[in-house]
Amino acid sequence: MSEPRTWKRPPFIQNPMLRWGLMVGGVVYLGLAFGTMEVNWGRVADGLPRAQRFAASFLPPDFVSKSDDIASGIFESLWMTVVSTVIGIALSIPVGLGAARNLSPRPVYLFSRGVLAVSRTFPEIIIALFAVKVFGFGPFAGIIALSIGSIGFYGKLLAEDIEDMDPTQAEAVKATGGGWFQWLNYAVQPQVMPRMIGLAMYRFDINFRESAVLGIVGAGGIGATLLTSFDRYEFTTSAAILLIIIGLVMVVEYSSGYVRKWVQ
Amino acid sequence: MPVTQSGTTKLWQRRDRNYQITIWAGQFIVVGIFMYCWKLVSDVTEWYFVLDAPRIAADMAERMLPPKWSYMETLWRPIWDTVAIATLGTLMAVIMAFPIAFLAARNTTPSQVFVRPVALFIIVSSRSINSLLWALMLVTILGPGVFAGVIAIGLRSIGFCAKLLYEAIEEIDVNQVEAVTATGASGPQILNYGIVPQILPAFAGISVFRWDINIRESAVLGLVGAGGIGLQLSSSIDTVTWTQVSLILIVILATVIVSEWVSAKVRHSII
Repeated sequence: MSEPRTWKRPPFIQNPMLRWGLMVGGVVYLGLAFGTMEVNWGRVADGLPRAQRFAASFLPPDFVSKSDDIASGIFESLWMTVVSTVIGIALSIPVGLGAARNLSPRPVYLFSRGVLAVSRTFPEIIIALFAVKVFGFGPFAGIIALSIGSIGFYGKLLAEDIEDMDPTQAEAVKATGGGWFQWLNYAVQPQVMPRMIGLAMYRFDINFRESAVLGIVGAGGIGATLLTSFDRYEFTTSAAILLIIIGLVMVVEYSSGYVRKWVQ
Repeated sequence: MPVTQSGTTKLWQRRDRNYQITIWAGQFIVVGIFMYCWKLVSDVTEWYFVLDAPRIAADMAERMLPPKWSYMETLWRPIWDTVAIATLGTLMAVIMAFPIAFLAARNTTPSQVFVRPVALFIIVSSRSINSLLWALMLVTILGPGVFAGVIAIGLRSIGFCAKLLYEAIEEIDVNQVEAVTATGASGPQILNYGIVPQILPAFAGISVFRWDINIRESAVLGLVGAGGIGLQLSSSIDTVTWTQVSLILIVILATVIVSEWVSAKVRHSII
């Protein structure tokens, strides 16, 4: 009688060489990454009382003493979000149409895909850094940055949605003798519209979150007020601003979810 | 089918009258809001600078060329730091997101009334604060450096990972869990043999996906002093050494492309 067999669960990665290789490589890399991370524990210890003060300042946060600055910053963020979402989506429609393989000729397709790839690579805040240099301080630079970010995001999803559409409907409209714009309007647009409205709301949501940080590089919005309050260690004001941002993000997220459900 | 009568001929329309009017009204409102917001922004914009922008942009592009390749020597360390911030931050996030996701999922949470809302609140607040804001906070608390960046990325990613993970947990196949339960397994055993194997691929995919996003985010954390290549970017811009700026942009582009490729490759082999 041989010894009793026991069951072992199958490993996640089948190939043992690959499995052990990845594990060893991962451990070595993590060790190196941890090793090269310089932590100034003295400074961290110094910061702990400050962290305590910061946590304490949430109870209660100070909405009142800087309320003018906070209100103007928040409203500026909101306008920036609206304007940049509209401009970004308006611009991303031609780019998205160009980047759909079943719609446009090869050179246009490649060009539009290139535009999308470039505008998606750099984070909004880096674009904002340059927009501030070129267009001067203020919300206009932020709008440029957010619009470019929106083009990359929305154009790519629009192009993918058009590529996934049902070709029979498009063919049916073509068979009636509709022109190119009629074809776009009656065959393509109704198919992609519900998802696209949902994504527009989602992008609005993202743009609002982003607009809260653009102020750090001088591109308008609530970020500048927040940065100042951190620099001056006025944590009660920072706490108030953070709570307002969280609250507004939740409101925008819930309402965008509601609109999306209603559209679909 | 909505049809209008014009003279003796019938014309087909896509929508009936009331629906069409509602849509027009909606469009009118959206355009109105946009115009109003645009006016407010335009009031605080220095149009002189904006009109001057093409010249400045051309000037800037001219000064950026050619990139100063010799600066690359000082960039290796920041690149390493950037990737390390993303990796360690992601690691911290997934470790913390794992239990939170189980507490937040409807089918595994110990209490729908008490625990689930708390878990959801953690997820929402971590998601709604941008990693730069976390970094800003942590730099004042922990001091500038890579450590603050790691924690910032970690805190920011918890919400994202936990949200996707708890959605994956809610979609698991109940039969497998029932089969494991039927063998007489205890609670932790059910978790270990019934649920975890089902979500492991999703879990690996989510981690790699978030790692890819975090590379982009950690590239800018330096702007507020939290380590990585953003530090060099902001100091090069401040000292107007544009040839270094263009090199840094190329490096960021390359890093992002490589990380995107790695992440796509890994996710492809998992799914």
